[in-house]
Amino acid sequence: MSGYKKVEVTDLRLSYENQEVIHGISFDIEQNEIFSIIGPAQSGKTSLLRCINRTIELSPGATVSGSIKVDGEEVRDIHNVYELRRRIGMVAPLPVGLPLSIYDNVAFAPRCSGLSSKSELDSLVERCLRQSALWDEVKDRLDTLGTKLSGGQQQRLTIARALSHQPEILCLDEFSIAIDPVTTMRIEDALKELRQEMTIILVTNLVQQARRLANRTMFFWEGKVVELDTNEVIFSDSPNDPRTYDYINGIFG
Amino acid sequence: MEATTPAESYTVASQRFVETNLVRKKLKAEQTAKWFCLGMVILMILPLVSLVTYVFIHATPSLNLEFFLEVPKKGMTQGGIWPALVGTVYLVLVALAISAPVGVMAAIYLNEYAKDNWFHRAINLAVINLAGVPSIVHALFGLGAFVYAAKFGYSIISASLTLAIMTMPVVITSTREALNAVPIAFREACWNTGATKWQTIRRIVMPNSISGILTGVILEVSRTAGETAPIMFTGAVFYKAVEKGDLFPYFLDEQCMALSMHLFAISTQVPNVAESMKFATAITLLGLVLAINATSITLRMWLRSRKKW
Repeated sequence: MSGYKKVEVTDLRLSYENQEVIHGISFDIEQNEIFSIIGPAQSGKTSLLRCINRTIELSPGATVSGSIKVDGEEVRDIHNVYELRRRIGMVAPLPVGLPLSIYDNVAFAPRCSGLSSKSELDSLVERCLRQSALWDEVKDRLDTLGTKLSGGQQQRLTIARALSHQPEILCLDEFSIAIDPVTTMRIEDALKELRQEMTIILVTNLVQQARRLANRTMFFWEGKVVELDTNEVIFSDSPNDPRTYDYINGIFG
Repeated sequence: MEATTPAESYTVASQRFVETNLVRKKLKAEQTAKWFCLGMVILMILPLVSLVTYVFIHATPSLNLEFFLEVPKKGMTQGGIWPALVGTVYLVLVALAISAPVGVMAAIYLNEYAKDNWFHRAINLAVINLAGVPSIVHALFGLGAFVYAAKFGYSIISASLTLAIMTMPVVITSTREALNAVPIAFREACWNTGATKWQTIRRIVMPNSISGILTGVILEVSRTAGETAPIMFTGAVFYKAVEKGDLFPYFLDEQCMALSMHLFAISTQVPNVAESMKFATAITLLGLVLAINATSITLRMWLRSRKKW
C-alpha cells in the first residue's frame, strides 16, 4: 500500500428510474491494496462496480450523480470510455466463456484494441493464463472452445480475459459463488500475487474471504457505507458499528 | 369400504402405492391429451398431403423438362413456363438482395443500439403492425411510390422493391429473435473488456446468430414467391416473348412474367388450357418454394454444426 489514492468516490448516488439504490457514499481505494466490499445481496455492490467502469450507462433508466475519480480524473468526463474500461478489469459472478477458443477468449480484448502481432499475442495469452492459474491445465488445448471448460476453469478464463487488457484496477464481483473451494483457493493465491501489480476491488458475500485477502473492508448495506476500516478493526471483536459485528458473526444478513 | 375424505385417500395412496381413483383419472387424462393432440397433428397434415398429392397426380401428364424450358405458345395454351419461372426467381432474388441487408441492419440497430424511449417504441410498434398489412395495400403503395413517384415504371425493380418492403417487418422480427438468442452475458463480458458495441456485434453476436438470421431471411423472402397482388400492380406482365431456356431474359427495368401471375392467367383468363398444365404450373411454384426452404434448412444445419456453445 502506497497511500496513493487510485479511486476516489465522493457522494455517489445512483438511482434506477425513481428509486435510489446508492445513497451518497464516499470512500477512497489506495493503490495496490485489496479492497473488499461485503454486504448482503441487493445492497448495490454490483451497481457500484458498474459505476466505476461506466457500464452502468448501458442500463436503461440509471442515473448517477456525485463523483468517481480514477487517478484523479473524473470518470464521467473521460471521452474515450473504452479506454477507461480497458484500465479496469471486471470479473462477473457467473463465469462467462465467450464462444471462442481459449486462446481467442484471452486475445479478444487486445485484438479489439488493435494488437495483431502473433508473437506479442502469444506471450500475452500465456502470461494472463499463468497469472490466473489456468495455464498448466489448458496449455495443450488452447484451440478448444472456452465454453467447454468446467465452471471453475471458465472463471479463471474470465479472470485471464480481464487481465488481458492489462488493467490497473481489477474488480471481482463475487467471483467464487459458482466454483468449488479448491479453485477458489487457487484464485485467491493468484490474487495475492497480482496485488503487486494492480489495485484489486473484491466484492464478496463470503465474509471469511474478505478477512483472508483484503487490506481494508467496507461493509455496505442498503446503499450506504456502514463501516469502512482496515481488516484488523472490521474483523476484531469490537468494530465501530455493532451492525458490522453482527453481520460478520452471522447474527444477521 | 369406509368413506374417506380426499385428503385421507391421498395420504393412503402415497404411502402404499395403491391405484386410487385420482391416479386412474390422472393417467387417463394424460393418455387422452396425448392422443387428442396427435389427432390434431394428423388433421393438420392431412389436407396438406392430399393437396400436394392431388396437384402432383393431375400435373404428371405435363411434367417434363420441355415444360420447364419451353416458352408459352399458341396464346399460352401450349408450350411451357420458362419465362415465368425465371421471372419469379429474378423477383425473389432481387427482393432478397434489397430486404436482407436493410432488414438485418435495421434489426441490429433496434436490438443492439436503440435506447428504450418513445421514438424507438413507436418504431417497434410500427414494425409489428406493418407485418399485418395486407399485400394488396403494399401493392398500391408500390404502384404509387416506385412505379409513379420514383419513375421506375412497371419493372422488376419496382416489383422487387414492393416485395422487399412487404417482407421487411418480418425480416426485422426474425433477425431480432436470432440476435436475442445470443446471451446478454456475452455482450456484457465484451463491453467490460473495453470492446465497442460494434466490435461486440461483429466478433461475438453476429457469428453466433448468423444461422438464425440467414434462414429467417431466406424463409421470409421465399414466401413472396407466391405473392400475386404486389407484383401484378408493379411489374409482372401477362405475356412476354423470350428465348427458350434463356437464363438472362430480363433487365431490371423491364417487366417480367411470374409463376403466380401465370397460374392466375392460364387458370382464369385464357380459354382451352389443358388441365394438367395448370396443375404443373402450380406444382412448379410449390417446388420452387420448397427448394428455397430446403436450401435454407440445409444452411441452418451446416451453420448450427459450427455453433460454438
